Parts: sequence; C-alpha cells; structure tokens
Amino acid sequence: MKRTRLTLFPFGIWMILFTIIPLAMVVWFALTDDSGHFSLENMAQIVNYLPSFWYSIWVGALSTFFCLILAYPLAYSISRRSGRTQRTMVLIVMLPMWMNSLLRITALKSIIDDNGLLNRFLEMIGLEPVKLVGTTAAIVLGMVYDFLPFMILPLYSVMTKIDNRTIEAAQDLGSNGFQVLSRVILPLSVPGILSGITMVFVPSVSTFVVATLLGNGGVTTPLMIGEIIEFLFKGSAPAYNNMGAVLSLVLMLLILLCIAVMNSVDKDSDEIGGMVP
Amino acid sequence: MKTLSRIYNTLIFAFLYAPIVVLVIFSFNDSKSRSIWNGFSLRWYEALFYDEEIREALGVTLQVAILSALFATVIGVLAAVGIHALNKKLRKVFLTVNNLPMVNPEIVTGISLMLLFVFIYQTTGLLRTGFLTLLIAHITFNIPYVILQVMPKLRQMNQHMYEAALDLGCHPTRAFFKVVMPEIMPGVTTGALMAFTMSLDDFVISYFTSGSTAQTLSVTIYNMTKRPITPVINALSTLMFGTILLLLLAVNIYQIRDDAKKKRTV
Repeated sequence: MKRTRLTLFPFGIWMILFTIIPLAMVVWFALTDDSGHFSLENMAQIVNYLPSFWYSIWVGALSTFFCLILAYPLAYSISRRSGRTQRTMVLIVMLPMWMNSLLRITALKSIIDDNGLLNRFLEMIGLEPVKLVGTTAAIVLGMVYDFLPFMILPLYSVMTKIDNRTIEAAQDLGSNGFQVLSRVILPLSVPGILSGITMVFVPSVSTFVVATLLGNGGVTTPLMIGEIIEFLFKGSAPAYNNMGAVLSLVLMLLILLCIAVMNSVDKDSDEIGGMVP
Repeated sequence: MKTLSRIYNTLIFAFLYAPIVVLVIFSFNDSKSRSIWNGFSLRWYEALFYDEEIREALGVTLQVAILSALFATVIGVLAAVGIHALNKKLRKVFLTVNNLPMVNPEIVTGISLMLLFVFIYQTTGLLRTGFLTLLIAHITFNIPYVILQVMPKLRQMNQHMYEAALDLGCHPTRAFFKVVMPEIMPGVTTGALMAFTMSLDDFVISYFTSGSTAQTLSVTIYNMTKRPITPVINALSTLMFGTILLLLLAVNIYQIRDDAKKKRTV
C-alpha cells in the first residue's frame, strides 16, 4: 500500500502552499507593523473593534436562531414524505442556491425597499409602510433568506434516517405529540442541529456582503466585522493590511472555538455531518 | 395537521422564491425600475448580447469554474485514495487540514490568499493578481468538497476487489482505473459538480484574489451594486437559472427512468 501514499503528494503540496502558508501569513501580518518589524501594537488595538465583534456575534446568533426555528418543521415534514417527493422537495430547497446570491439579495432589497413591492402592498391594504433597509432587522432577514437552505439540508439529512417505527413506538407507549418531539425526534436530530448551526453561524458572523447591501454600515447600523476587514484591505488607500490581519485572525480563532465547542457536544461525528447528502 | 404543514412548507418556499420570481419578472420589464411594471419587453435580453463587460465576466466565470472543478477533482480523487490508505491517526490529521478551508470564514481564506499573492508579486514579480490567482484560489476551496464526496464511496467499496485485481496480475494503475474508479464514480461526479457550483457562486474569495484584469460575474455584479444595477444582469441570471432548471429536470427524468428500468430488470 506504500505506493498509494504517493497520490497524496499533489494534495499535500497544494495544501501547504495555498492553505497553511497563507494562514501563517495572516498570523505574521498580525504580529508585525507596516515596516515588517515585530509589534503587538495592532493586537492591542483590538479593544477598539470589540463593539463590531459583539454586533457581528449578535446578528449571527439571531440569524442562526431564526433559521433553526424556520427550518426545523420544514425539514421534518420533508423527511416524512415518500422517497420521490423527498427528492423533489430537496431539489426545491437547493435550487435557489444556484442563482447568484448577490443578485438574490439585491432582489430581496428591491422588495423590502422604502418604496418597494412590500411597502406598496402595505399601502394598498391601508397599513403604514415599514422602513426596513438600513436596519438590523433587514440584515437578519437577508441572512435568514440567504442561509436558510444551509440549515434545512443538514437537518433533513439527519431526520430522514429517523425510522417511522421509532416514532410509532413512542406513540404506542403513550407519548403525546410534545413528548415524541422532545424525547425522540429532538435528541435524534442533534447532529443535524449542530452542523446546521455551524453552517449558518460561520458565514453570518463573517459576511460583509449582506450587511453592505441591506444595512447602512456605520450610520444607522453598526459596522459588522467583515465590513471592517473588507474596508481595511480593499476600501482604503493605503491598505491597513496589518490591522486587517489582526481582525481576521481574531475572527478565525473565534469561529474555530465555536466549532470546537460544537464538536465536543457531538463527539460521534468527526466530519462536518450532514454536509454529505 | 397535514394541511397545516403543507401551508407552512408553501410559505417557506414562497419566502425562498419571492426574490427570484421578482427578478425574473422584472427582467422582462420595459424600464429600469425594479418595482414598477412598464410593460413586457425583451430589450434587456437584447442588450445582453452587446454588453462587453458582462460577456467577458461570464467567460472568466465559466473558464474558472470548469478548470478549477477539473483540477480539484484530479487532486481531490488522488488525495482521497491516499488518505484512505493511511492509518487512522494520520487520516484524521489530513482530514482536519482538509476541513480547514471549509470551516474557515470565506473572508479569511480570501484575504490569506491575497496576502500570499501580493507578497509573491512584490518579492518576485510573478503571479500578479488576475486569472491565474483566481484559478488557484478556486482550486484551493474546491478540493475539500471533492474529497468529502469521494471518501465515503471508497469506504463503501469492497476492499478486496483491488487486491484481487493485483493478485491476478493487474498493474496498480490499471487496477485503479478498472476496479476502483467505477466504484467511486458517483462520488467523483457529485464532487466535480459541487466544485463547479461552488466556483460559479463564489463571490468573497474571488473578490479578494481576482485583481482588476479578470473579474468573475459575482465581482462585476458587486461593483454594479454601487451604482444602479442594470436589468441586463437580471436577464443574464434568468437565462442561467433557466438553463440550470432544464438541466436538473433532465437529470431527474433520466434518474426516474433509470430507476424504473432497474425495477423491471429485477
């Protein structure tokens, strides 16, 4: 079997060159100043950015919560259908992901805009228009919209393995609907819940696209950390690479920590469960 | 209970599809507005033919998607075979490294690669951000998806078949293509398709690694959001969405027919 190890060569080299070295460069930039000398000055400045970190975590947590609440009943009802219906419904869930997400979000924006379709509808039925764009609510709505499939799919792929007979057995033994949910379905779907949470929380904490398009960074809503990183690297001239690297490093550590916590809750799966259909 | 869940499902699907429906409808609108209907027209589809910027971006996007899926599939399949042959401890190390780009926030992957490319360019004058850096970045984030799709298939296959082929005098390379490859083919195709899709849809990593010479559609669209978006882009995405819908329908019908055929032969 020695020979098969040779096939690891291209992969190993690729990962070292384009994953490990780049991450090492982030660390290196975070620990130096513009002239390339070792410095902890940028690291110390992290306190100034704490509000943005809190706001990002708050928005990410809210989005993840709403995704979970909305996706759970849907995923369950898909998982109880017949094989062919299941396949069709999963396809319906996945299909929007094939349309460019930037475009879908701008389309969502045109619906909830101040004089968009939603407000014109509200006006028609005699209600007050709502101001959504530029608020935290709009950012959360955009994220829930964008990331909902990432919650539905892992939940579904775990739930579809729950045997109907397990549920019937609980019912035969006198469990009511709530007990079936809390004692049978919920515990059995924990791996799906955990991987769904990871798959929604990670992108929603770190994104800058949804916040830039639907929020009003720095004016009516606080800036998200992704928006600041984007600005430091691309928006300003000269670029503040070192400070940007510090924030990226902290963001990465924060997320790896979250994932480590998630994995320790669910020790059985060592891969990103539910990702593989 | 059943009607309740049906209503609920419909509502969620309506939420997921409302923006898409609006986008498709307004691509046929006879004005620039995205909320007021001015009558049916195909002018944005016509304009699409003459739009250099969008055509060029579409070209770059498709080339990067195809090439990166191809390279990622080759590297990924080889890697999966290698990882599969490792002992448990080493396998875990490799899979953890493999998961890194997947669990890492996209923005961190993007800026880390950008820092590397800029550093290489400043010290050697090579690898100026453009098509090549874009391609490298896409291959990098695509490899893990291929490996994750192929690994389960390797685990499912009968391990002794490959050894039997060797015992019967087959050269290892030949044995791989004759015995292992057909077994893992479903995983390879899913992995390649996933890589293609991921590449097509990516914005964040392309944004940081593409430079100004080679822009993907997502980057072009993002730059457009800063000025009023032209409905030309709505027309283009309606066409792309339609194509994907047709492809999926074709695959689905083919699968259903295939299932029926298998049932008959059994």
